[in-house]
Amino acid sequence: MAALQTTDLRKAYGATEALKGVSLEVGEGELVGLLGPNGAGKSTLVKIACGLVRPTSGTATVAGAPAGTAAAGRALGYLAELFRFPEWCTADELLALHQRLAGSGGGAAERARLLDLVGLPGEAARPVGTMSKGMQQRLGLAQAMVGSPKLLLLDEPTSALDPAGRHAVRALLEQLRADGVAVLLNSHLLSEVELVCDRVAIIARGAVVAAGTPAELSQAAGVEVDTSSGTRRWEHATREDAPRIVAELVAAGEAVYGVRVLRSSLEDAYLAAVGEAA
Amino acid sequence: MIGVLATFALREALRRRVFAVVAVLSVGFLALYALGVWQAFDIADDFGGGFRGIDAQVVTGATMFGLSMFGTLFLGAVLGVFLTLGVVRGDAERGLLQPVLARPVSRDALLGARLLAAGAVCGGYTLALYCAAMAITGAIGGWWPDRPFSTGLSLALAVIVLSAISLAGSVVMSAAANGIAVFMTFGAGLTAGLLGQIGRALNSDTLTRVSDVTTWLLPFEALYQSALADLTAETVGFTRFALQLGPLGGAREGGPLLYVWAIAYVAVVMVAAAAAFRRRDV
Repeated sequence: MAALQTTDLRKAYGATEALKGVSLEVGEGELVGLLGPNGAGKSTLVKIACGLVRPTSGTATVAGAPAGTAAAGRALGYLAELFRFPEWCTADELLALHQRLAGSGGGAAERARLLDLVGLPGEAARPVGTMSKGMQQRLGLAQAMVGSPKLLLLDEPTSALDPAGRHAVRALLEQLRADGVAVLLNSHLLSEVELVCDRVAIIARGAVVAAGTPAELSQAAGVEVDTSSGTRRWEHATREDAPRIVAELVAAGEAVYGVRVLRSSLEDAYLAAVGEAA
Repeated sequence: MIGVLATFALREALRRRVFAVVAVLSVGFLALYALGVWQAFDIADDFGGGFRGIDAQVVTGATMFGLSMFGTLFLGAVLGVFLTLGVVRGDAERGLLQPVLARPVSRDALLGARLLAAGAVCGGYTLALYCAAMAITGAIGGWWPDRPFSTGLSLALAVIVLSAISLAGSVVMSAAANGIAVFMTFGAGLTAGLLGQIGRALNSDTLTRVSDVTTWLLPFEALYQSALADLTAETVGFTRFALQLGPLGGAREGGPLLYVWAIAYVAVVMVAAAAAFRRRDV
């Protein structure tokens, strides 16, 4: 059973169509990146999965339960792009509230473990209002993981973090995947998505314009060879062409110092997909 | 679930800065009120024998306490509105609502919990302020309301009705717009009460009927008028006549049906709010 499945999901705000029939699947324990420019419909998609926004048509299910139902709510954890928590309460009180709402029996041990996991050990008694933006985002991550959900919906989870914090979150995502937790990661950071995600879906203007593994999305971009007469490039060559190219150069009397098989980055694939959609 | 949310909302209400501000304002209000009551009874004693058949102690006590009830209603309303004006759209715009609603929490339960918490805090606050003002009046002037229980209950219920209106408004309006709308509604209710007072003085059936209909459509005003009426319900003769020339002229006894109507009104407002909330994207 898929952790998240959307079928022909549409959402219109008046005359504006935010989603135009998005079908997407996140398997159990799979880490899927959701990419797209601002206003592409990524957050709308995530909010529909959380039951915060009602789709105009189409279906969304979380662990087999229709999005927005109590069963779906019990199976997911959510960190919003605009994360805010009551400033008057402490980190521990916030997590305790979410434990009760999620029906988690983890108690104080779960709360301490989650704070430790997101790099906030010893901050349980600290009021949210005294935390930095980065600390609040970490707390948001801990909040999302309360109750050990099957699916995590993370909307820009590292937007307020420094490079060290981002690295820690990447490690955390890999750990979650190893634990069998499915993650839909909505991010603008292509390098982050490329590093950790099993699959990527690129959304532009409310539709999925490209999907696949990072390797599938990045395409062959030629072969580059360092020779005694300088660096030469074969733009349409692939990895399979490399031995032939080297053999021909050697036969022609060239000394070969290095060979590189070039691939376009996820960024190139993203720009191409988004550019085509525009 | 409703208990979890109500407890959290209750703690929020008590720990937010607005509650501390209201507490300080309340102490100031009570101190000024005590000063006013002391002065009023002092002056009334000088006029005590000047008006045959009029009990100066009753007129002074009821008039001063009637005025304090307006202050109590106003402060209770301010607290109730501040605690509820941004519960849905306001909190959604700030990003506070989404993490909670992503949990297996029904929107009806969220609204119900917020009403319970606001009702407990505002109702409790209003009763506390009412009792404090009553104790001050009794201690300084030796005057007590004729029906202290129903007077306090009406006042607390009036604040809860206003909180329910504000909570419902938060579903469809931003916090600022909702705050303005609720206080304009509050003002409309008070104006309707004043119209009724003028209508009765001029013997105008039309004005009186418009006032009666409006105050029942905005039952916080009918409850306030009923609370004023209960203050001197057992007072008769020239003393009663003298009282009706003052701020208690707008008093109108509501009877038990008013309580039933007020509770039904809150229920209808909340059902409408829940229906709108279920359709709202956050």
